[in-house]
Amino acid sequence: MKQSEFDVVVVGGGHAGCDAAHAAARAGARTALVTLKMEGIGVMSCNPAIGGLGKGHLVREIDALDGVMGRVADLAGIQFRLLNRRKGPAVQGPRAQADRAVYRAEMLREMTSCPGLQVLTGEVTDFIMQGDRVVGIVLADGSEVHARAVVLTTGTFLRGLIHIGDVSYSGGRMGDNAANKLGERMESFGLPLGRLKTGTPPRLNGKTINWDVLEDQPGDDEPVLFSFLSKGVNLRQVACGITHTNTRTHEIIRENLDRSAMYGGHIDGVGPRYCPSIEDKVVRFADKESHQVFLEPEGLGDDTVYPNGISTSLPEDVQHDYVRSMKGLEQVEILQPGYAIEYDYVDPRALDMRLSLRDVPGLYLAGQINGTTGYEEAAAQGLVAGLNAAKEALGEDPVIFSRTDSYIGVMIDDLTTRGVSEPYRMFTSRAEYRLSLRADNADQRLTPKGIEVGLVGDSRRAAFEAKMARIGAGRAILDNTTVTPKQLNTAGIRVGEDGKQRTLYQVLAFPETSVVDLVGLAPDLGDLDPETQEQLRRDALYATYIQRQQNDAQALQKDEARGIPQNFDYEHLDGLSNELKSKLLRIRPSNLAQAGRIEGMTPAALALILSRINRAQKEKSA
Amino acid sequence: MDTIFALASAPGRAGVSVIRISGPGAFPALTRFGLTAPAPRAAALRLLRDGDEVLDQALLLAFAGPASFTGEDAVELHLHGSPAIVASTLRILGEVDGLRMAEPGEFTRRALENSKMDLAQVEGLADLIDSETEAQRRQAQRVFSGKLGEVVQGWRKDLIRAAALLEAVIDFADEEVPVDVRPEVTELLDRVSVSLEAQAKGAEVAERVRQGFEVAILGAPNAGKSTLLNFLAGREAAITSNVAGTTRDVIEVRMDLRGLPVTLLDTAGLRETEDEVEAIGIARARERAELSDLRIYLLEPGEISPRIELRPEDIVLRGKADESGDSAGISGVTGQGVDALIARLSTYFSDRTSLVATATRERHRLAILRALGDLSQAREMLANPVYTEDLIAEELRSAIRALDSLVGIVDVENLLDEIFSSFCIGK
Repeated sequence: MKQSEFDVVVVGGGHAGCDAAHAAARAGARTALVTLKMEGIGVMSCNPAIGGLGKGHLVREIDALDGVMGRVADLAGIQFRLLNRRKGPAVQGPRAQADRAVYRAEMLREMTSCPGLQVLTGEVTDFIMQGDRVVGIVLADGSEVHARAVVLTTGTFLRGLIHIGDVSYSGGRMGDNAANKLGERMESFGLPLGRLKTGTPPRLNGKTINWDVLEDQPGDDEPVLFSFLSKGVNLRQVACGITHTNTRTHEIIRENLDRSAMYGGHIDGVGPRYCPSIEDKVVRFADKESHQVFLEPEGLGDDTVYPNGISTSLPEDVQHDYVRSMKGLEQVEILQPGYAIEYDYVDPRALDMRLSLRDVPGLYLAGQINGTTGYEEAAAQGLVAGLNAAKEALGEDPVIFSRTDSYIGVMIDDLTTRGVSEPYRMFTSRAEYRLSLRADNADQRLTPKGIEVGLVGDSRRAAFEAKMARIGAGRAILDNTTVTPKQLNTAGIRVGEDGKQRTLYQVLAFPETSVVDLVGLAPDLGDLDPETQEQLRRDALYATYIQRQQNDAQALQKDEARGIPQNFDYEHLDGLSNELKSKLLRIRPSNLAQAGRIEGMTPAALALILSRINRAQKEKSA
Repeated sequence: MDTIFALASAPGRAGVSVIRISGPGAFPALTRFGLTAPAPRAAALRLLRDGDEVLDQALLLAFAGPASFTGEDAVELHLHGSPAIVASTLRILGEVDGLRMAEPGEFTRRALENSKMDLAQVEGLADLIDSETEAQRRQAQRVFSGKLGEVVQGWRKDLIRAAALLEAVIDFADEEVPVDVRPEVTELLDRVSVSLEAQAKGAEVAERVRQGFEVAILGAPNAGKSTLLNFLAGREAAITSNVAGTTRDVIEVRMDLRGLPVTLLDTAGLRETEDEVEAIGIARARERAELSDLRIYLLEPGEISPRIELRPEDIVLRGKADESGDSAGISGVTGQGVDALIARLSTYFSDRTSLVATATRERHRLAILRALGDLSQAREMLANPVYTEDLIAEELRSAIRALDSLVGIVDVENLLDEIFSSFCIGK
């Protein structure tokens, strides 16, 4: 029997697995990435796109911590669009169509070229245990891989079940086997498991689409990339097409509703509301006569087209009919039918903020297994789980993210304290400190933390420090130049004669004011490069709001810093109601801030918990 | 760090009421009352002022952190135990920048943070904090019941809708959602603001409930106003004679109207006059009547309609019924129609008190005022395209948070529910 030994083993080569393995290796752990097959690394199971609103923020944060998703997406991008370009910078999200094959190839290159990271192939069927602790994995061929910590990223593979019409069969993704043995093994841990569902549309042959009659959706003229290190696009840029469903399409779907897996009652899992199947759209918004469908090319060397907006679990013949009822698709050929897939997930409230299972030491989970959806959500969790698995393996302190410093922190806090009722997707509205958690300042927020915990390489560090020096120089000019309303009006910036002296940084917060407008008042500003000028403007725009939120944010950070030990004795805390006790025992909040957000929590109960923590600390230090 | 304040002694009538202030702004807050902090840990007797007006003579204690109950700078105001004085003091503190009313248990929490308390002490206080929390919960429930509850639910619905619309155009910009939601958001926020303003005023009326309502009696000279007042008051408060213009100033009579404190105002008769003294009296009568809670207008015999612009709640009666023999009139001589008038007044005022009394809590008033400030910002920004949706959404979020205690917590899930039920989202 073969045996090998690592610090960290990551199971799964999807988006969560890749960023987990890479983060673990960057953090200094000897890491193995185990995948069913090499070609499975970096596969996009659903649409060929990365980023978007909230999601683009996550990718920037991953990049700020020197993760891989952003730079791979930049290399594979064939169309870049910055969403919400005309709204404030806080809610602008970069998005890109990606060439699937290039994405896979570049991701594989990242994995195989990363020092300390080794890729293994095989199916994981069991864990190696030492007491209640996971200390490695067993592959189908019986070989053992020992590790101090294991990260599991099973995506939709854990007891995956594919549905097309009334046909259903076991599978992890079209063309791949499900991980059934591992599913049974997970169940034996007594973890709270549930079923979720997601769906994907049929794939079309682009050569059979009549593009001439269709509307185009081009990318931005000036592409905004994901990585703070990328300088420009790598591939030829293309446009997407747009078509629409019509009353005939809806008729076909309505007539065949009972043949849909979803409506035929074959599916128990809960699907995401923001990613409804075309059946759902037709039923729930019956008075809408048409829905938009984006025709997204899957790559430059690939004729496959992904019709975004018509995911389905209808039988193949119905898919054929309704697709051909749409303009431009009259002669279209379906290359692969759309399908729904159900899979196991673990209630994420069983995890702590490192994404480690509280009851199974040594085992970390990331991605869809935690009830989320989306490549970006998966990769961000992978980074946190991989990093902390490495920290545990190396005997170093865990790295925790906060709602006040990142979308990553918002997501992990949401998952571990609130659980999920449908696949969890990031939205900017989930972040209460949205104005400070911007895509444009992800590096300012997180790169210093990444440097501190050993996650950021030398080249990014150097680039970041140089950028901060430029911003610091500009900021100094803005802060140190004070002007009167008269000076401003003379410079063409309209302001009331209120006699108020303002710093140029304050003036820059006026809407529609740019650094260029201020050069007359402080000529040195003209020496700054355009990107630095723009970043200063974005920072200034929100300064007063961020100031206003500071009290709240500080109070939250303070509570987040008050860790509650996992074995905290709620049973013997006098003055807690039984109801609260049982809630606290179930959720086991990681810190005081999480405890405070539990429904029904009272100020008295929080005070009791806090005083017990204080006492325990005193006893410890005494 | 915020500075917090609260009534530390039991609310209601007491010999002495103690208001406690804690935090970095505790000492500076005293300037609002025209005072500076006395030397730490030495009691000082001082006059508490609101502008020129003296609120109370109070005993002041200052504690410099960390040698205080909470470990922060702290001030105690020992006031005379009048609800009116306490309410005014709390109101003024709420207007100071950086100060806010403490949540239950918040003083304890700060004491704990600064290691001023141990577990045993907290356990001793837990019951007290719980009962305070419970009292606030019950109060909130009262607010949510009945007519006011409907009003408040209306705010919640409108605010969720407005926030959901803004979030929809932000988070689902690449979906089929309306491009411009500003007109609808503006309409919703205008409506909530108007209703909040009405409620804020209502709360002020409720503040006056404790001091009593004011009823002004108006009418032409010699319409029988003073006679009626004297009958109601049961004593000769105003000089009555048959010479028109006898009452040259505003005369007040405080009385108890079926348990409600009411102040009746007898005013100079309304007419054109060349008598300078009488003209001043008339002007003052109009002014005072303007501010009163309710007006009774007495028509003199032969007068068809009142000489003032009527408000909907004004009571118009025919005076001197003893002389005219009008069976529907009122008379301060025979007492005809007086019982009916008293019944009408008491119904009117008790309706008003039951509606607003629950909202009188200073906490709610302050919450409403904060929300109104944020909403007015948001409305201004909605009208100006240079302000982007993310900023407007932030103002709205801040307004909704201020109203937490009234409308309940509005969570991102509430907004997503509204968005997904209104728009067909999803690719």
